[in-house]
Amino acid sequence: MQDTGLVQTRYHQYQVVGRLKPSAEKGTRKADIYKMNIFAPNKVVAKSRFWYYMSLLKRVKKANGEILQINEIFEKKPSTVSNYGIWMRYDSRTGHHNMYREYRDVSICGAVSKMYQDVAARHRSRFSNVQIVRTAQVPDDMLRKTWNKEYLEKDIKFPITHRVLRPSSKALKKTFVARRPRTCFDN
Amino acid sequence: MSDENRRLVEAGRVCLVNYGPLVGKLVVIVTIVDGKVALVDGPSATNPVKRQLMPLKRLSITPIKCSIPAGARVKTLEKAYKDAEVEKKWAESSWAKTIARKAAKAKLSDFDRFKVMVARKTRARVVNKAIKAMKK
Repeated sequence: MQDTGLVQTRYHQYQVVGRLKPSAEKGTRKADIYKMNIFAPNKVVAKSRFWYYMSLLKRVKKANGEILQINEIFEKKPSTVSNYGIWMRYDSRTGHHNMYREYRDVSICGAVSKMYQDVAARHRSRFSNVQIVRTAQVPDDMLRKTWNKEYLEKDIKFPITHRVLRPSSKALKKTFVARRPRTCFDN
Repeated sequence: MSDENRRLVEAGRVCLVNYGPLVGKLVVIVTIVDGKVALVDGPSATNPVKRQLMPLKRLSITPIKCSIPAGARVKTLEKAYKDAEVEKKWAESSWAKTIARKAAKAKLSDFDRFKVMVARKTRARVVNKAIKAMKK
């Protein structure tokens, strides 16, 4: 495959459909079908998370249930920058916390990937401790976080005041160089 | 430094990718996502880059700009890119020339390098002779 340089997101969105397996001997002939949107690195994890939530919410275990369908959901407009809000809940070492977080990205999967990185850094929470409750695209005027709002300005522009130029690939990286690097390119 | 010559991160700014698989390609900033990432697109006919997110760390900002609104569509961008004569301006810049020269030099074979050495010696001989004559 040709390397297009596209940055792959760590998480994908899957729609998992499943239910309690109907069985005559257990007296479960009819069972409601449940559909869930789940963010996971792959389908296997998505199915596992589906059973995790089902056992919490509907008392249906993997042993007694079946998955009817699993589809990946792709972004409709992957070339436009949107605002994404994520309502989530995480278990810290002492308790549960509900949170609302906002990210700007081209896809919800990108925003979710950022969110996991973010809470891992700020709260040391792992994937297994985080439950995504709801996600939504947020219109510009409803953004809550100031650090996102400032990028909505019409003619936004800013300089890069400091940067360390890297060699074009990691293989060319050197630990010691003869000259001190130039870090100011703001001219 | 006057403000209009200042190299800023903004919609329409032409940048050179300096890291990763797209290294050496020209892209235009379409939208600023946040302080570290921008949505870029390379509308060049010969060396296109698909619209994608790119960390600002990977971009070197050039003095060239094409006038587009933030979030411009592909066709608007293509037109602005052509109108601003981005590729011509880039090719004429000493920055691009240095890159091209380095690339050409890296491509030389052993015999090519030998020929360059001989040519430099021949030139030096002529120059030195002329200087010696002028000194007398």
